[in-house]
This record gives sequence, structure tokens and C-alpha cells, in this order.
Amino acid sequence: MSATWTISAARDALRKGEISATDLTMSCLTAIDAGDALNAFVHKTPELALAQARAADARLKGGDAPSLCGIPLGIKDLFCIKDVPTQAASNILRGFRPQYDSTVTSKLFDAGAVCLGKLNMDEFAMGSSNESSCYGPAVNPWKVDARRLTPGGSSGGSAAAVAADLCLGATGTDTGGSIRQPAAYCGITGIKPTYGRVSRYGIIAYASSLDQAGPMTKSVRDAAIMLGAMAGHDPKDSTSADIPVPDFEAALTGDIRGKKIGIPREYRMDGLSGDIAALWDKGADMLRAAGAEVVDISLPHTKYALPTYYIIAPAEASSNLARYDGVRYGHRAALSAGDGITEMYEKTRAEGFGPETQRRIMVGTYVLSAGFYDAYYNRARRVRALIKRDFEAAFAAGVDCILAPATPTAAFGLGEQGTADPVEMYLNDVFTITLNLAGLPGVCVPMGLDSKGLPLGLQLIGRAWGEADLLNHAYVLEKSAGFVAKAEKWW
Amino acid sequence: MSIDIVTARKVAKLARIRVEEADLPPLAEKLSGILGLMEQLNEVDVTGIEPMTSVTPQRLKRRADVVNDGDRQAAVLANAPDAREGFFAVPKVVE
Repeated sequence: MSATWTISAARDALRKGEISATDLTMSCLTAIDAGDALNAFVHKTPELALAQARAADARLKGGDAPSLCGIPLGIKDLFCIKDVPTQAASNILRGFRPQYDSTVTSKLFDAGAVCLGKLNMDEFAMGSSNESSCYGPAVNPWKVDARRLTPGGSSGGSAAAVAADLCLGATGTDTGGSIRQPAAYCGITGIKPTYGRVSRYGIIAYASSLDQAGPMTKSVRDAAIMLGAMAGHDPKDSTSADIPVPDFEAALTGDIRGKKIGIPREYRMDGLSGDIAALWDKGADMLRAAGAEVVDISLPHTKYALPTYYIIAPAEASSNLARYDGVRYGHRAALSAGDGITEMYEKTRAEGFGPETQRRIMVGTYVLSAGFYDAYYNRARRVRALIKRDFEAAFAAGVDCILAPATPTAAFGLGEQGTADPVEMYLNDVFTITLNLAGLPGVCVPMGLDSKGLPLGLQLIGRAWGEADLLNHAYVLEKSAGFVAKAEKWW
Repeated sequence: MSIDIVTARKVAKLARIRVEEADLPPLAEKLSGILGLMEQLNEVDVTGIEPMTSVTPQRLKRRADVVNDGDRQAAVLANAPDAREGFFAVPKVVE
């Protein structure tokens, strides 16, 4: 058996008894072992996977198994799983074994999902290329010349694993585009839900007012199924919303007649590749052909999203990452005679955090420090309110969904960006970062290949709590684009 | 505004990250580049705009003020680099 199944096809075959969860899991484990060159899975959990698969098979025989029962998934290294190494791709958490489960993983496992292992990512989810990982970068399964390409970041291992058929779906997290940008680079689907839709409990924190977990899958239907299992109120996350979770899969009617699609003119910016600009127009035509009305809209503060993000996210990170002190968990530096507790903190954090994480902590420390708090942090929070207001005005004017590029270009080569100037790497997030600041949901759908043969995606942005309608629009794009290409196997 | 070596040293100290003297100039340069990006925000008119405090307008949930967890000393200490006799151990902090 191969591991090329979608979640929805495997669900139906499992329920009919045509395949078993154990066989499906075995085929994924084989694919994972054969896929080491992708460096996507960084901690494999075959024993846990097979135990869960056997339990799923028993449950499937009982007849009332939920959608994810027996479905093998990969889990980003940011999610705590009891007794399974969890280190956010950082040396500072080397050897850390959580004593509890994140709410998302426990919901997935309660629904019968099978855990194949932990997936590579940028350290503490800070990055857009997977290159800041302590495990070394995951590699994009798509390859068109001698170069190894980035799978994107931070959820690069998740995107690479799904695109290479090592697992049926994966969890990701998205603080400034970390689900949607890698999904676009690897030719898969990924949705960042509304802030508060999915519990953050047990997900290692980067920037708490922006972080949100979501599914990364091979189809829009799979994303709907998996999001349904991940979402819902959690008393352990005070920002999780106590509102009902709709049946996202049932919302995929393919009917968007009479819907209004906004095209934000500010997203047509310098540096946008010609291929992506053309694809964007094509996507608008597809939605129009499906009966939607396409209108120009303005989101005037778009260009300020990037600087706003790179103040707010580091500020929250500097505070969140203060917990890594060498006392309670993770790495502690070897100390010299006479070293006190301050030296212990300073040496531990210098050894444990990689360069990008150190920079973001220091930027955050700076913008929160006395004398700069108002000029940087408070100003950024004010601009953030304006960015959110732009979106609210567009939706109040009757727009149902906003169509935009997901990334400025297709995947680039590992080592090609950001080594001299970190800001060059930050520019990858220019189209994805805006909606994190506004708390809105966004989905990336693969649409086609560029002139070199690399996948390109488009992004749809929805109303707060409007994931069901958003996914239905994504479903229309998916059907119209008919993207079925797969990376040619080289690994 | 750019970050000089003195400021870089101070920020590293506040962040409790040891940075060797030789590494301060490149650090200051990279931090200055990032700060340059942020300067764009000075163009925005934010008069009368309140800083955002909550992503989605909601009243934070409250729960009854009762003990609902605890008695997990072993789990709490399980990942400590140095735990002794039921405590986290650290270098001497008082003479």
C-alpha cells in the first residue's frame, strides 16, 4: 500500500473495511524512513503510531468511528505530547519531554488520529525557510534543478511531509504566515483559523496574540475535516472562543453564487513575481465564473503590517521566552567556578537559542525597554488597530472573502536569503502577516506551477469565525484550478 | 535611529543573553537594519487611535477560585536540569 491517500479517501476506505489503520500506518512509517533526505520528521514515534493504529482498528470495527479514526498525521515540534520529545526545533529544549498533552493533539488522538512523529520547523516558529531549526532545514520535495529548495517556514517540515506523502495531514501553527507560506511553497492546502478558534494550550508560545494552530493537508476537504477535530473552546486557554464549531465539511457545497470577492489593490506591490500576478488574475476569473462578483477594495495600511508585526511579535517573544532560564526544563550551560545565577542565565540562553531567536528576543527587549515602549510598542499596537479596521471596513461593505497572493515568489533555494540582512527573509511574509494582526482566518490553496515547474498558491482571507464560508470559497478555487501535480520523487 | 554597540550590549544584558565583545558590532548592525524597517511606522497618523489590547473583542472567562490541580511534584521536576530533594537547584544566589 502507498501513503498517497487523502484523509477523506482513507476515512471512507477505513470505514468500509477496505484498508486497515495498521496497514495505512505501516505504509506511512515506511515512507518516512525512505524520506530522511527531506529532514521533515525529526522525532519518529513508530511504537506510539502502531499502538494508536491498533486501537483505531478496534474502534473502526465498532462502527461509530469519527472522521480521523485511523488517520496517520505528523505533528509540528511545537505541540507538546506527553513523553514524546518536544523542543520547538531549539537546542534550549533538547531532551525536554512534556508531562502533558497539548489540547490540539489530545483532541486529535481522542478522535482516533495516529501520531507518526514530530515535524521540523524554524526554531520557536521564528522563520520563513526552516533554516533556523536546530535539526537543520527540512527540504522541499519539489526540485527543478541541482538546488535544494526551502519548504518555507516555520511549518516547513509539516508542508514537506504532506507534499511528499509521508503522512496524510499535519498540524501547523501560523503566527505571521507559518502555515500558509510553506503550504504555498510545497503545493498543499493550509488554513490559519480565526484567533481563538483553536486552543493554544500546550503549544510552545512564540507571540501569544498572533499564534494560531491549523491543519496542513492535501485537499480543502481534508482541511475541513481536520480543523473540525482541532477546533473548539478550551477552558485552559482563556483566549479560546466559547462558540459552536460548525461542520466545516458540510459547508463545502461549491456554491458561491452571489458572493462578493475583494481584490486588495495594495497587494499588487513591487517584487511580486509575474507568474503570481497572472495567477491572481486567473483565480479572480475562476471565482467570477463560479458566480461570484469580484470587486476592487483598499486596505490602506497594508504596507505597515510588516513593521508592526516585527515589533509586536518580538515583544511578545521576549516575554514568552524569558521562561527558558536553565532552571525548570531544557538546557543549562556548564558553569565556571564563581559563576552566579546571572551567568547561568546568560550562558544558558546564549548556548541554547539560535541567532534568529536571539535577535528577536533582543529586538523585543529593546522595543519594550524604558524610553522606547511608547515610540515602538505602543505605536505598533495603534497601527495594528488601524490594520484591523481596514479589514472590518471591507467586510462591512459586503465583501465575503478577499483573494490575494500567498507569497511574493515560489520557493527559493536554501541559503539564498536573509544571511546578510534578516529583513530580506521577513519580506516573505508580506502577504500573510496582515491577517494575523487582525486575527482573521486565511487559507492557502495550490493553484498551479510556475514557469520553472514549482507550485504556486493563492490565499483567501475570510471574516472572523467565517472558516466554513472561507473553506467553501477555497473548495471552488481548488475545483477550478484542478491542481494535481506532485513532486517527482528524488529522495 | 540606529543601535550602537553600547545599546546592543545593554539590550543583550537586559535579555540575559551573553554576547562576546567581538560579536557586538555585527549584532548592532543587524538590529539596526530591523529597526530601520520599524521606522516606517512614523509615517502613520495614529492620532486618537487606542492601542489594540485584544484581538477579538471578548470578556476573558472567569472560573471559581478553587484549587483544581496540584500534587504533581514529580512531573513538575521531571525535566529540571538539576533537581534535588524535591526542589529546583540553582547556583548560590545569597552569600
